[in-house]
Amino acid sequence: MKALIIGCGRVGSSIALQLQREGWEVTVVDENEDALSRLGEHWPGSFLVGHGMDVDLLREAGIEEADAVVAATDGDNTNVVIGQVAQKRFDIRCVVVRVLDPGRADFYAARGLQTVCPTKTAIDTLTEAIRSCVISPAVA
Amino acid sequence: MYAVVAGGGKVGANVARSLLRLGHEVTLIEQQRDRFDRLEEEFEHQVQRGDATELNVLERAGLARPPDLVLALTGDDEDNLVIAQIAKEKYAVRKVIARVNDPRNQAHFDLLGIAPTVCATSSIMALVEHEVPEHELIHLLELRQENLEIVEVQIDRDSPSAGKRIESLDLPDGARLISVMRAGHAEIAVGATQLEAGDQVLAILEPGKEDELRRVLLRR
Repeated sequence: MKALIIGCGRVGSSIALQLQREGWEVTVVDENEDALSRLGEHWPGSFLVGHGMDVDLLREAGIEEADAVVAATDGDNTNVVIGQVAQKRFDIRCVVVRVLDPGRADFYAARGLQTVCPTKTAIDTLTEAIRSCVISPAVA
Repeated sequence: MYAVVAGGGKVGANVARSLLRLGHEVTLIEQQRDRFDRLEEEFEHQVQRGDATELNVLERAGLARPPDLVLALTGDDEDNLVIAQIAKEKYAVRKVIARVNDPRNQAHFDLLGIAPTVCATSSIMALVEHEVPEHELIHLLELRQENLEIVEVQIDRDSPSAGKRIESLDLPDGARLISVMRAGHAEIAVGATQLEAGDQVLAILEPGKEDELRRVLLRR
């Protein structure tokens, strides 16, 4: 299976390393050459420097043969545009997009894009943590 | 008319000012603090500070009314794309105009159905093509929805079409000659029109037929 990951920050690089360990063939794209260091000293996959909205670069990165595309740059809008291009122009079935703003995450999810919103997850987890730590002393 | 202008750089601020002078109601949205402070001196309550790709910022600017017109004029193409999509699809704004900063991103706007768009670089390049004579086939107009374009071709002495009637030319399917400009005077092109060196010919064609047309008219 081939995965293309756009954005090699903490999130993108961790996904890349995880998928690579699981046997995926992984290509990573980032605007910044230094981001390669996040993939460790012996990254066996491909790494390309450039912007994820550049269609020529996406082709060079093998988007046409990709089974999955992950858009995980630090820009919500960049991610939703890349995600839609992967879906609509390159017919990639599995496209996952990181969107920090819950409003935009919902809007694009309703339009058929698989969005993951870490902010919403954090809100839910934190709320749940508060609930459980308030309840437990009362129970004990 | 009520217009929301996203992006208070040179383009957005000038457009907002022009719309206000025409008597329209305008809200300008700018994210950067220093730019916003400068704009506020001129536009007062008609400029709001915020990220125009955030729903609450757009709603504060009255997107739910909805406005008659939304102009996505920031310096970031991805932001303009998202603003245009949200305005059209979430708030059912009838008219959305988006600015394309990098002409290579035009394809993304087309893919996502954002039209009309304006790209300064493409407009300047079209003028350059028109002004620089060695470009023998000039793109004059792109009819995006119709999937057609209008080009101008300069016939010269070496052109195989010079001295021939239009009906005798083996024009490609999906291409027609519209008019012939000779000595400052234009005529509608008909089958009997004979092309001559120095003619400027307008043609309408499907994108991608340029090379075939060039071969028939200019053999290049």
